[in-house]
Amino acid sequence: MSYLEYAVKTVPTGWRKILYLNWPLILLIMAVASTGFLMLYSVAGGSFSPWVEPQLKRFVMGLVLMLFVAMVPIWFWRNISVVAYLGTLVLLILVEIMGSVGMGAQRWIDLGFMRLQPSELMKITLVMLLAAYYDWLPLPRTSRPIWVAIPVLIILIPTALVLRQPDLGTSILLLAGGGMVMFMAGVHWAYFAAVIGMGVGLVTAVFQSRGTEWQLLKDYQYRRIDTFLDPASDPLGAGYHITQSKIALGSGGWTGRGFMQGTQSRLNFLPEKHTDFIFTTLAEEFGFVGAFSLLSLYALIVVFCIASALMNRDRFSSLLTLGIAATFFLFFAVNMSMVMGLAPVVGVPLPLVSYGGSAMLVLMVAFGLVQSAHVHRAR
Amino acid sequence: MRRSPAEGTESHARITRRSLLLGGGMLGFAGMLGLRMRYLQLEQADQFRLLAEENRVNIRLIPPARGEIFDRNGFAIALNQPSYRVTIVREDAGDVDEVIARLAALIELDDVTLERAMTEMRRSPPFLPITIADRITWEEMSRIAVNAPALPGVTPEVGLSRHYPLGGVFAHVVGYVGPVSDYDLSRIENPDQLLRIPRFQIGKVGVEAREEELLRGKAGTRQVEVNAVGRVMRELDRREGQPGATMQLTIDRQLQAYVQARLGDESAAAVVLNARTGEILSINSSPTFDPNLFVTGISVADYRDLTENDHRPLANKSVQGTYPPGSTFKMVTALAALEEGLFDERDTVWCPGHLEVSNRRFHCWKRAGHGHMNLNTALRESCDVYFYELALKVGIDKISAMAERLGLGTRFEIPMSGVAQGLNPTRDWKQSVRGAPWVVGDTVNVSIGQGFVLASPLQLAVMTARLATGLAVEPSLVKSVEGEDRTLPEPVPLAINPQHLQAVRGAMFAVSNHRRGTAYGSRIIEDAYRMAGKTGTSQVRNITAAERAAGVTRNEDLPWERRDHALFVDFAPFDNPEIAVAVVVEHGGGGSTAAAPIARDITLQALFKGDPPLDAYPVKDRDRIATQQERIRKLMPDPDGHKRTRA
Repeated sequence: MSYLEYAVKTVPTGWRKILYLNWPLILLIMAVASTGFLMLYSVAGGSFSPWVEPQLKRFVMGLVLMLFVAMVPIWFWRNISVVAYLGTLVLLILVEIMGSVGMGAQRWIDLGFMRLQPSELMKITLVMLLAAYYDWLPLPRTSRPIWVAIPVLIILIPTALVLRQPDLGTSILLLAGGGMVMFMAGVHWAYFAAVIGMGVGLVTAVFQSRGTEWQLLKDYQYRRIDTFLDPASDPLGAGYHITQSKIALGSGGWTGRGFMQGTQSRLNFLPEKHTDFIFTTLAEEFGFVGAFSLLSLYALIVVFCIASALMNRDRFSSLLTLGIAATFFLFFAVNMSMVMGLAPVVGVPLPLVSYGGSAMLVLMVAFGLVQSAHVHRAR
Repeated sequence: MRRSPAEGTESHARITRRSLLLGGGMLGFAGMLGLRMRYLQLEQADQFRLLAEENRVNIRLIPPARGEIFDRNGFAIALNQPSYRVTIVREDAGDVDEVIARLAALIELDDVTLERAMTEMRRSPPFLPITIADRITWEEMSRIAVNAPALPGVTPEVGLSRHYPLGGVFAHVVGYVGPVSDYDLSRIENPDQLLRIPRFQIGKVGVEAREEELLRGKAGTRQVEVNAVGRVMRELDRREGQPGATMQLTIDRQLQAYVQARLGDESAAAVVLNARTGEILSINSSPTFDPNLFVTGISVADYRDLTENDHRPLANKSVQGTYPPGSTFKMVTALAALEEGLFDERDTVWCPGHLEVSNRRFHCWKRAGHGHMNLNTALRESCDVYFYELALKVGIDKISAMAERLGLGTRFEIPMSGVAQGLNPTRDWKQSVRGAPWVVGDTVNVSIGQGFVLASPLQLAVMTARLATGLAVEPSLVKSVEGEDRTLPEPVPLAINPQHLQAVRGAMFAVSNHRRGTAYGSRIIEDAYRMAGKTGTSQVRNITAAERAAGVTRNEDLPWERRDHALFVDFAPFDNPEIAVAVVVEHGGGGSTAAAPIARDITLQALFKGDPPLDAYPVKDRDRIATQQERIRKLMPDPDGHKRTRA
C-alpha cells in the first residue's frame, strides 16, 4: 500500500496536524513522566541533581522528538521499517563486537552525547517491521507455516543477540512484544499453544541443565530465579532486593509515609532506587493511593493506544500502535511484578519514570509513531 | 499491495477481536497487580512497617564510665584517665597510605597496631573510623591537631581508660581490667550487651573482677537512624547510662605502699587488720607486677617474665597462698586445752627434746629439750613437746573446733580473687578425702601447726585479731559503695573464757618482750605500743631420721625453694589491741629472723600512721632502721597525690 492509498484529502496537513494529535495520550505521558521527576527528586534526597535535571532535559528532547515523528506521515515510517530494523540489527552486532563493557554486560554504543542502547531501539523497529510485514502479507497466508517462520526469525535473531549481552529483561520484552504483534495480526491459535508448550519444555530444560556443562543461563540468573521462588531464604544476599522492596511497598500503607519521608529509599535500603526499583519509593512515600494511581495511568495509556488502533482502518497503523501498546504494557507489568515479588528481578525499568536515557527517548519515539498513526489515519 | 475492501474489513475485524482479547488480558493483569498492591500495602502494612522500622533504627550503646576505687582516706587506687587515640576514616582520607606516611612523620606508629588497623580497614565499610594509634601522649595529640589540614580523615579521639596510679602496690587487691575475651563471655550467663562492644574492658582479677557488676555501671543507649550499609544518619533518641559505683576500700593507701616496699623482693605476704572491726588496712603479696601492663595488653615477653619467675608475682599469696601455720598455731592448741579445763596455765610439762607417740619419735625444735615448761614459757620459747602433750590430752576434735572458732578453715567473704579456704583438718575430712582413719600422730603434728593444717596469711591475721580482742572479727575490704556505708556490724564476742585468752595473750607478749622470747630481737620498746606476737617456722619438707642423725641442715645451706617458710603474727598495742598483723615469708628461714622484723616495722607503721620515731626501736637497731626508712620513703607515693575528686 503506498501513500496514494491514504485518503490524503481527509488527513490534516501542515500545522493543523497539531490539533489532531492524540492529546489525552500526551497528557497521560506527561503525568507519568512528572511522577518520575517527583520520585527522582525524592530519592536524590530533595535535589535536582544528579537525576531530575538530565531526566527533564531528556524528556523535553523526547517530546520534541515525539512531535517530530508525529508530524512525519505514517507511510514514511512504514516504508523505512525494513531499513530501520536492519540498521538496528547491525548496531546490535556492533555492540557485541566493540561495545564498551559496563555492568558486566555489553549494552551500549557511546555516541558522545549519549549512550545508545540498540536493544532499546530494537523494541520499536521490531514492532515496526512486524507491522509492515503483516501489512504486506495477504491475509489468507497469515497462518501458513512458511509465512509464520519469517516473523519468528525476525523476532528471534535480535532476541538471541540481546540475550547474549546478557540482558534477560529486554529479550523477554522483545520475544513477548513480537509474539503479541503476531497474535494481533491473526496468526492461528495453534502456533501460540505450541510455543507455550515449548516454553514450558524449555523452562524444564533450563532447570534440568543447571550445574551441568551445557547450563543454559548464567549463575546469577539461576540465583535470581531461586530468590524469586524463595526470597526469604537469603534476605541479606540473593533475596535482598526483593525483601527490601517488599518492605518499602508494604510500609507505605494507604497513603504512604509522605513525600521525601520514605526511610527505605532515603536510607539506601533499596537497591537501584532511581532505576528499576523506583516504583518502591513511590509506593512507600505515596502508599496504595499513589501506587494504584500510577498503575491506572499506565493502564489508561494502554487503553488509549488500543482505542486509537481500533479507530484506525490502516493495518500497518493499527498493528504498530497495538505493538507499541503491548511493549509498553510489558515494560510496566514486568517491572511492577518484579518489585512486588511476582517475577524474578530481570532488570526492566519502569517506563517514563525510571532514570535512563535510551529507554526514555525510545519510548517517546514510539509514542511519536502512535501519534503519527493517529494523525494520519483515514477518516 | 492493494487490498480488496472485503479483505480490509476482514483484517480490521480480526485485529479488533484479537486486540480486544489481548487488551482484556492486559487489563486483567493490571488488575492483578492492583490486587497485589492492595495485599502488600493494606493487608500486610503493619508487618512491613515494623520491618522498615527495624531496618532503619539501630540501637547503639554508650559505655558507662567505670566506677573508681579509693582507699579509706579518699586516695585514688583505680581511676579513669582520658586516653588519646587516633582514628582514620578511609573515605575521608583519600590516599590512605599517603596520610599514614604523613602521620608517621609526626608520631611514632606501632607496627603491630598499624598492621591490625590496615586489616581492619580492608574489612570494614569506608566510613567507619579505625584506630591506628592508641594511648598517644598529649603532646603527640596536639601535634596531630596542629597538622590537621594535612591529615584528612584523621581524628584524635578521647576515651577513658583504667589507670592504677600506684602500679604494683594494689595489683593483687584491686587486680586489673582488660578487654572482654571469648572465654569471659562463655562464662557469663546472659551477658550484658555492653560486653559485646569491641575492646570493652571488664575486671579480670581482684576487686575489679569480683565487684564487676557494681563498677561497670549501666550502659546508656543511643537510637540512631542508619542506612543500609550502617552509616549513622542522625540520632533519634539518647538515654544516658549510669556510671559505675564509686568504691571505697578499707585499705590505707600509705600503709599498703609501705608494706609493699618493706616486703621488697621477698616472696612474701602480709596482712594488717583493724583488730576490733576486721577492716583490712593493708593486704600485700610480693613480688608484685604493674597492673597497668594488663590494661593496655601485656607483651609476650613481659608476661613470660611474670609466669617464669619462681617467686610467682602473679599469685596473691595473702589470700590464695596457704601455708602450714607452724608454731603460730600453738595458741589454738593452748586455748583448746585451757577451755577444756584439762590444763591450767601453771601446769608444767617436761620437755626432754622429743616425745614418743605410738612408737614414733616426735622431736622438739630444741634437741636438748626445754626442761619444765608451762603455758607462758612454752609459747614464749615455742616448745613443741609441751603442745604435743596438750594435744594428746585434748584430742583433734577440740583442737579443730577451736581452730574453726578462731577463723581457720573459713573462706572469708572478701572481694578478692581466689580466696582460699585453707584446711582445718578433722577426722571426717581425713576419712573422706584421704580415705584413712585419723591417727594420733596426725594430732601431734597438727598441734604445732604442721601436718595437714593449712592457713592463709589472711586467716592468720583474723585468728590473731580474734585472740587479741576475743571478738568474732570478720575481715572486710569494702568500706563504702557510692558513699553508702558497707562496714560490717560490730563483731560478737567469741565466748571464750577471758582469763584463758588473757593467759595466751600474756604468753604472746612474752614472745616479743621477754629476754628469752623467740621474737625478743624484734620488740617494740615504746611502752604504749608494745606488741604481742608469735613466731612460726613451717617445714616444707620432711626431715628424715638419717638427716636428723647427720645433724639437721641449716636453712641457709639449702636451696631457696626447700627452705622453711617464716611466719609471724602479732597484735598491738598489747593493752588495747588496735591492729593485728600476719606476715609470711616463703622459704624465708626462721620466723623470728625473717618474718618478725618485717611484722614489727609494719605494726609500728600502722600504729603511727606513718614513719614511727626511732625511739620505738631498741637502741642497737636504730641506725639500721633509719637507713631503711630513708630507703623506703623514696618508694612511697606522694602523700597528697591522687586525692579523691568526687564523693
